[in-house]
Amino acid sequence: MLETFGHLPVSWLLFAVLAAAGFVAFFIGRTSAVATAQGSTARLNSQPNYHGYFLAMATIAPAAVILILYSLFGESMVRSQLASELPQRIRDLGTMEMGQYIDRIAENSQRGPGSTTGNALFDAATGRYTSLLGLSRIIAIGLALFGAGVGFFFARRRLSVNFRARARVEDGIKLMLFLCAAIAILTTLGIVASLFFEALRFFARVPVLSFIFGTEWNAQTGADFGAIPLFFGTFMIAFLAMLVAAPIGLLSAIYLSEYASPRFRSIVKPILELLAGIPTVVYGFFALQFVAPLVRSFAVWVNSLPFTPDTLLAAQPTSALAAGLVMGIMIIPFVSSLSDDVINAVPQTLRDGAYAMGATKSETVKQVVMPAALPGVIAALLLAVSRAIGETMIVVMAAGQRAQISPDPTSDLTTITVQIVALLTGDTEFDSAKTLSAFALGFVLFIVTLLFNLIALRVVQKYREKYE
Amino acid sequence: MDGNVEDFVETARNKQALNMAEMTKVDCRHIDVFYDEKQAIYDISMEIQDRAVTAFIGPSGCGKSTFLRCINRMNDTIESASVKGQIIMDGADINDPSIDPVLLRSRVGMVFQKPNPFPKSIYDNIAYGPRIHGLAAGKSELDEIVESSLRKAGLWEEVKDRLAAPGTSLSGGQQQRLCIARAIAVSPEVILMDEPCSALDPIATARIEELIDELRERYCIVIVTHSMQQAARVSQRTAFFHLGKLVEYGDTERIFTNPEDSRTQDYITGRFG
Ligand SMILES: Nc1ncnc2c1ncn2[C@@H]1O[C@H](COP(=O)(O)OP(=O)(O)O)[C@@H](O)[C@H]1O
Ligand SMILES: [Mg+2]
Repeated sequence: MLETFGHLPVSWLLFAVLAAAGFVAFFIGRTSAVATAQGSTARLNSQPNYHGYFLAMATIAPAAVILILYSLFGESMVRSQLASELPQRIRDLGTMEMGQYIDRIAENSQRGPGSTTGNALFDAATGRYTSLLGLSRIIAIGLALFGAGVGFFFARRRLSVNFRARARVEDGIKLMLFLCAAIAILTTLGIVASLFFEALRFFARVPVLSFIFGTEWNAQTGADFGAIPLFFGTFMIAFLAMLVAAPIGLLSAIYLSEYASPRFRSIVKPILELLAGIPTVVYGFFALQFVAPLVRSFAVWVNSLPFTPDTLLAAQPTSALAAGLVMGIMIIPFVSSLSDDVINAVPQTLRDGAYAMGATKSETVKQVVMPAALPGVIAALLLAVSRAIGETMIVVMAAGQRAQISPDPTSDLTTITVQIVALLTGDTEFDSAKTLSAFALGFVLFIVTLLFNLIALRVVQKYREKYE
Repeated sequence: MDGNVEDFVETARNKQALNMAEMTKVDCRHIDVFYDEKQAIYDISMEIQDRAVTAFIGPSGCGKSTFLRCINRMNDTIESASVKGQIIMDGADINDPSIDPVLLRSRVGMVFQKPNPFPKSIYDNIAYGPRIHGLAAGKSELDEIVESSLRKAGLWEEVKDRLAAPGTSLSGGQQQRLCIARAIAVSPEVILMDEPCSALDPIATARIEELIDELRERYCIVIVTHSMQQAARVSQRTAFFHLGKLVEYGDTERIFTNPEDSRTQDYITGRFG
């Protein structure tokens, strides 16, 4: 009904109106400042343009706030109003089903008038929904325009020769920047909170201790929610990955920062960092297609050696080792790039000191540069570990699905992230312990990686202070 | 003009060659230094006396540090730098390919402008050189070297109770004396100091100057300084550099009271630099 105005969606029209109001306010503010200045703008506390910006800001901001609030909460207000008007019979269905019922009403309402279903109650509810939605829009737009008017009116009254418009505009910009930063933080908090509450629902069904200390995981068919095999798999694969990434990353960082010519470094460093830009699914494919079969034939070969038992290694077609090796390659740039930065931050005077004592280059690196860079290097490694723990695609493709505690790297394992994917794809009911366990896993994973990152950040800070 | 200077340096060297031949520790002959294409040192020849303090003075960027770093071949660590000429120390040219710069640097210690203790304990800072050069047979011998080096640097009393504390925990002046002790620990013959007091307060500076005066009896010391007073206080001989050239070189007293070159005169009276 109020969906479009002519051919334009009404929201666009509103934007145009507000933008125009902003422009008009700007010119009014400017003109009035010039007028009050009586020919000498030097008498003004702030230049005319700032009076204009101030008035425009004061006009647009209230309207923008109201519209943002409406777009966040408007529809749910309409829905709850509709829900309270539905007959008792439907309201008895329960939150879940009623939500789905209203979803269908909203969907039907979108098709426009005349899309009747023949179900009298449903059609009536659709009509009611449409008119409620239209009403809410009119109210929101009215409020926005009113807010703009009020903002303009009060701001206009404050303008004078001595008005510090420049400082107020500065405040406004600061506030806007702060709000943008706050959005990032609030989103993070929102994600954590939703994870946390879903996890709580899970722990209402499965005791925390049996989740954290249980050694049997069988969420798909049974009701075993012991997460230890998943943690084992996660850390096993992260460990294997670090076994690859830590030495290669670190040594290449040392080579790049201490030995390579600046020219070589300027070419190779970006290439190394390019590794980090390859989509993980490509790595996963590589792991599954090339590395996993290699690991398997290696395991078969080891088993066939005369002095080893024939069943020494599991030799599975997908394996922890395959996933770990490829993940290690993926996180090399995390280690090398960050370590390279911290090694470069070690003051040249320390190196000179060592050379002047008659140390060779490798002695200097080993005994002076690396000890000085160590905290930063540790931080780089911790960040890489948290990356490895959270990595999903490679393990989904190359590590297998079996939840087991096996120190044999050629056997298949599963990790927290793989299980989350498995639990949330395909047919899911959002109320079962099986689905909720994914959130509990996600929450625990979040806590673990958060801890790693926090420690890393602390270490890096300490390190910074040392050379300031 | 330049010809005069060259002549002057030449005659000065000849005069000294007679009475100080056996006291010369480092004999630099026709040193040129280039950073890539850019020449920083032009044909400098000078003889540096043993058991004396030689001061290098001159305006910023005139090549004092560059020339100083030739004496322990620290310029080797700078990719773009190349050094031409001979530096004779104890009868051998240190620029000869057969000389290992790593060993040379254990004979020619260096102290830098900014104190640069290693991220290690006070003890390990001093023990660093003796360890890499295998100068101590055992723990007790190493302890002795550490103690005697710290004593010579006048730091022993202040740190003897906290040898395990990190070197960076000391004050700036103490750190600089730690660096001097570190250089002394490998029993060098020559000690090069590049503006060792410029990052220190006046009291710490006075302490270091005293120390330099004591060390003079045992070592050949070369110090780069920005402070004319410091050069006058601590050195026996002074060399004035300008635009990569050695303008004047002689007894400190004479340089400061009766300079022969007008540029030296201008510099020490504060007219430029
Ligand atoms: N690492 C370097 N690379 C290129 N040029 C340098 C380097 N170090 C010094 N120079 C140049 O050499 C000249 C002498 O510098 P330096 O020896 O540091 O002078 P001083 O110690 O007398 O102030 C200056 O012009 C300086 O710019
Ligand atoms: Mg210098």
